[in-house]
Amino acid sequence: MSTATTDTTPTDTTPTAVSARAAQGPRARSAVLRSEFRLFRREPGALFGVLVFPPGLLAILGSVPAFRDTDPDLGGLRLIDAYVPVTVLLPMIVAGLQAMPPVLAGYRERGILRRMSTTPVRPSALLGAQMGINGAAAFCSALISLAVGRLAFDVTLPRQAVGYLLALVLTVVVALSLGALVSARARTSKIANAIGSAVFFPSMFCAGVWLPVQSMPTTLADIVQCTPFGAAAQALSQAAAGDWPAWSHLGVLAAWAVVLTGAAARWFRWE
Amino acid sequence: MTTTTAPLIEVDGLRKAYAGRAVVDEVSFGVAEGEIFGILGPNGAGKTTTVECVEGLRKPDAGRVRVAGLDPVRDHARLTGLLGAQLQESEVQPKLTVKEALELYSAFYPDPLDWRPLAERLRLEDKLGTRFAKLSGGQKQRLFIALALVGNPRVVVLDELTTGLDPRARRDTWQLIEDVRDSGVTVLLVTHFMEEAQRLCDRIAVIDQGRIAALDTPAGLISRAAGATVVTFVPSGPVDERELAELPGVASVEHRADGRITLTGGDETVDALLTLLARHHVTAHQLRVSDATLDDAFLDLTGAGQS
Repeated sequence: MSTATTDTTPTDTTPTAVSARAAQGPRARSAVLRSEFRLFRREPGALFGVLVFPPGLLAILGSVPAFRDTDPDLGGLRLIDAYVPVTVLLPMIVAGLQAMPPVLAGYRERGILRRMSTTPVRPSALLGAQMGINGAAAFCSALISLAVGRLAFDVTLPRQAVGYLLALVLTVVVALSLGALVSARARTSKIANAIGSAVFFPSMFCAGVWLPVQSMPTTLADIVQCTPFGAAAQALSQAAAGDWPAWSHLGVLAAWAVVLTGAAARWFRWE
Repeated sequence: MTTTTAPLIEVDGLRKAYAGRAVVDEVSFGVAEGEIFGILGPNGAGKTTTVECVEGLRKPDAGRVRVAGLDPVRDHARLTGLLGAQLQESEVQPKLTVKEALELYSAFYPDPLDWRPLAERLRLEDKLGTRFAKLSGGQKQRLFIALALVGNPRVVVLDELTTGLDPRARRDTWQLIEDVRDSGVTVLLVTHFMEEAQRLCDRIAVIDQGRIAALDTPAGLISRAAGATVVTFVPSGPVDERELAELPGVASVEHRADGRITLTGGDETVDALLTLLARHHVTAHQLRVSDATLDDAFLDLTGAGQS
């Protein structure tokens, strides 16, 4: 994402200077990525919330016998089957809303972005690294939950794998752009934490953490399906059952991704 | 210092206002390559805003700024490659260690310095494994200085270089900056320590309320102060204060209760004083003649001493 800004080369630059800087860009950005990854590993809260908590929740719920009984309300599925998509969504919400915004708002608050803007590396490299790392961690966590479901509780793997992956990728993008928007609007990491939590619980509700979307009353389910994580939950369930996810759900996700990314880009301040 | 070539840093008619209030107004100066140029002024005088315009962190409302021929705003990407900056209130990631921060910032530049000798010079070698958040104020400051220099810059901008450093570290840092300058680097230094300005700077711009109040060498600024020479003595007999006040070049006369008299003025004042005392057969005990410091000149120039 920072390619456009760092590699703009004025016309009157000598060829050697151009190639030196062109070679510098990727090296500098990978150094930023490495150091942000190191820092991510030093945040026990984020590591737990993204990587341990969601699969752990699945394991605990699966250990409750009632979750393993087939439920006529869920069309003959077991409750644990309905909870796998929920625990797949959970790390994305945690990464996007709990882990990333306080870090980015803190970077701005402490002048880290500002300091970096006096170097040849654009501060957007930090934003990109944070989004990449949090997105990748959420994605890994989702795969762990699928594996736990399959191995421990015999939950079938998504039958429509391509549709499932597409929905998953769109969801990661939505979660990160929502987080970027929170970071953009919050002046301090404390405010980012507060806004993140305020959005966190409705997001978890929509994802079906307390009540899977399939079990919600019709009107409520209709509303929830228009929210990013409600649509994501539905799309993931359909793909898991072997159907191509409804375009309406994918469309809702894509629309949110565009709107949230646009808003975050418009409002993000480097200092 | 006279310059034959075009200055490396040119600031001409710089103006910057916040909410309609001009914080920098018609500021102009040039810094020659290899010069240490100081910007001195009371708090809120517009020092930091001026250097932020040089660094490309702020866009001037009016005026022209060039660093090595580059416009800091328009050519920002190219400027960053030859600029080292130490900013006020600007940190690195709290959980990054000193070593990791040095390695990270080295990787940003095409031709960085080896950070190890730099860390040793700044007495950070025992702190390489310590996280930024655990460093003391002085250690953080030394890391910021290292990060400003690690990119092997042509121009270094240092905003409040030695704030938070103990006297020993301050002197070490001054020596380091002198060595950096001797290797051909141009240094723009914001400070409010007179001793630092006097020791390091080839020339100093004194900024007060957004305008340049004086621009000269440290010695030049001191000689401009109204009372450049200070004489104190205890007279062996009575001296008429009116006669003292009428001596050539006298700026002030102070007669303390213990009998000590303090005169400020110029060189000619000292000669005239001694002649006067000899005529009255008065001996000057404990006679001390000293030069005014940059402190005195600063207070004089900025009007901060008038109360």
